[in-house]
Amino acid sequence: MAVFPRRRLAAVALAAATALLVTAGCGGGDEADGDGPVTLTVDVFGQFGYEQLYQEYMAAHPDVKIVERGTGTNLDEYSPKLTQWLAAGRGAGDVVAIEEGLMVEYKANPGNFVNLLDHGAADLKGNFLEWKWNAGLTADGKQLIGLGTDVGGIAICYRKDLFAKAGLPTERDAVSQLWPTWQDYIATGERFVAAKTGASFLDAATNTFNTILLQTAGNTSGYSYYDTSGNLVVDSNPAVRQAWDTTMDIIDSGLSGKYGSWSEEWVSAFKQSKFATIACPAWMTGVIEGNAGPAAKGKWDIAKVPGNGGNWGGSHLAVPKQSKHQAEAIELAKFLTSAKGQIGAFKAKGPLPSSPQALDDVAITGATNAYFSGAPVGAIFGTGAKSLKPVYMGPKNQAVRTEVENAVRTVELGQRNPEQGWTDAVTNAKKAAAK
Amino acid sequence: MTVQLDARPPVVPTTGGHRRFSGRLSRLDTRLSPYLYIAPFFVLFAVFGVYPLVYTFWVSLHDWDLLGTDHPFVGAENYTRLLADVDFWHAVVNTLGIFVISTVPQLLAALWLANLLNRGLRARTGWRMAVLVPNVTSTAAVAIVFGVLFGREFGMVNWLLDLVGLDAVQWKSDRVASWVAISAMVDWRWTGYNALILLAAMQAIPRDLYESAAIDGANRVRQFWSITVPLLKPTIIFCVIIATIGGLQLFTEPRLFHSGTNPIRGGPLRESQTVTMYMFENAFAPHYNFGYGSAVAWLLFALIAIVAAVNVLVLRRLGGGPDARKGAAR
Repeated sequence: MAVFPRRRLAAVALAAATALLVTAGCGGGDEADGDGPVTLTVDVFGQFGYEQLYQEYMAAHPDVKIVERGTGTNLDEYSPKLTQWLAAGRGAGDVVAIEEGLMVEYKANPGNFVNLLDHGAADLKGNFLEWKWNAGLTADGKQLIGLGTDVGGIAICYRKDLFAKAGLPTERDAVSQLWPTWQDYIATGERFVAAKTGASFLDAATNTFNTILLQTAGNTSGYSYYDTSGNLVVDSNPAVRQAWDTTMDIIDSGLSGKYGSWSEEWVSAFKQSKFATIACPAWMTGVIEGNAGPAAKGKWDIAKVPGNGGNWGGSHLAVPKQSKHQAEAIELAKFLTSAKGQIGAFKAKGPLPSSPQALDDVAITGATNAYFSGAPVGAIFGTGAKSLKPVYMGPKNQAVRTEVENAVRTVELGQRNPEQGWTDAVTNAKKAAAK
Repeated sequence: MTVQLDARPPVVPTTGGHRRFSGRLSRLDTRLSPYLYIAPFFVLFAVFGVYPLVYTFWVSLHDWDLLGTDHPFVGAENYTRLLADVDFWHAVVNTLGIFVISTVPQLLAALWLANLLNRGLRARTGWRMAVLVPNVTSTAAVAIVFGVLFGREFGMVNWLLDLVGLDAVQWKSDRVASWVAISAMVDWRWTGYNALILLAAMQAIPRDLYESAAIDGANRVRQFWSITVPLLKPTIIFCVIIATIGGLQLFTEPRLFHSGTNPIRGGPLRESQTVTMYMFENAFAPHYNFGYGSAVAWLLFALIAIVAAVNVLVLRRLGGGPDARKGAAR
């Protein structure tokens, strides 16, 4: 008889579990639909530097609570998640960050996002650099998907202690004078390597390649892998080939530490002072500080990038249509992308404002970064920012870029010679673009 | 809740509306209850098994951009493209390679371990529990730790190789080396689990078989191969099928073994990209081509079915003729 109660218990438990499953499937609604406080979720990646701004905003809007997700995650982890949320019709935050390379793909399906022009965003046009504003507009100019956050003016971050060890100058102006061109940068690297410090001259050839490509493209055609009509031009755009050839010289001179960018190894290499320079868009300063840690404070400094200018990265904030609190979310996005918001983010984590007013503000022009030996980051990154020439990104930019950078990586690791690598890059890029 | 062992309704002694109703109710109970009891499994299976399976097939017949609103029907185009896709076949070879490198030593080691654990050891239960410990760790944590151990420059494995004077191995960008590293991860985790299953089966083998074998002069090795292994055959088949399904769906280990930009490729030349990773790469970042990814999923399903069938056939052949099978199917 002892069996019976146990069996009944099991049956009851099963029934309860089934009932629970069914209700759980139907439930899960939103908690704040009425007049109560509204919770806004903000989805970001990397370091946006918004914490302080949230506090301010919540203090001014007692009915709004802000939750942020994703700080510190890779773009490669973040963007597929965002895409899945958008495709599923639920799960995305009320305000989401969109990186420039992915903007084109999202713009191809604008129905996923609120048209900010319907919510008074048109008045804000003057608050953004013109090309940054345009990057958030759909091709027909009728829908504004995102408001610009930052732009990625480029410099070179370098380790003073390693430069001293190699007998190179350490003072930032003197270092900038070492490399007016990329060939000079390579020559400096060869000197560094000859000194046998135990460290490499740069982190990974892929990072440098992307920097050279975006700079060259910005200064010439204004596009990289795709022309402005959306044709894949990876094998016919001289900017791509030029960046490739310079990168091959870098690899050939043995300058690269081959630490695959964003990998665990790359992070370890920061900690163990295994490379002396890194291509450094403004947002990279926050990444370096996070990876190298407090122990390396004051050992880093920032010099000019070889060549002339260039822009890598930068994002927009958008409001998905699936948000249940669109009005509140739009207000928050406007606040975070305002000149004030951009200055706050810059002070916290270093992303360079895309607002001309913010760029002119003394808070930016006079800004220094203690971690980077008090480097005048505002002047270094900000000066060229207003004359930055944007690079057009085509529909499958991310997939194509992945293929080309992987080809760079195979050459760097010695798996392919430069010519084989180039053939791979072109064939695989075409294949990826066709998918 | 009445539990009846026979299928007849209970005898109803008197007539009357209430009685008749309760009689019908109890008949209904007899008829329907069994189905209700097994329903939760089938309901869950339909929701989480059948529906996704059919839907995936439906998606695979369309040009389905994950973000797009239009999904034009393209028929079998995704499949024909996929069959001509070198990267797909490359991933198939990777998957099979990792599967063979991991499964064969794993099952042999499990057999050997089970045999050891079946002897009179001190603290037997302790040892038996111990072999299962790797299995209760989180796959993600294991993969990340192994990923670091097998690092190119800062990894402990290369450091040890260096200590004994060997050259560093490119664990992440050499095809076979990366297969070995990933197999090490899989084996570390699953050998103990298989050992316990085999041990349970070993303990069900009657001792008198061994005794008579010993009287006939068979030594331990001979006993192992002539008694233990043939009688374990159904269990070994079970282990092989489970290992096949798991091995061909391998994702977490190779995915987390690589870090940095685009780890889903499994190395710069897709050295250790498995079929599930290729599916993910197409269905999600960076291609977002859900239709193509779904086609990969279906071909993977076919592949598993084929490999499992081959496995069973080979194993049936191995252990001798039908007599041995009868003995095994005790």
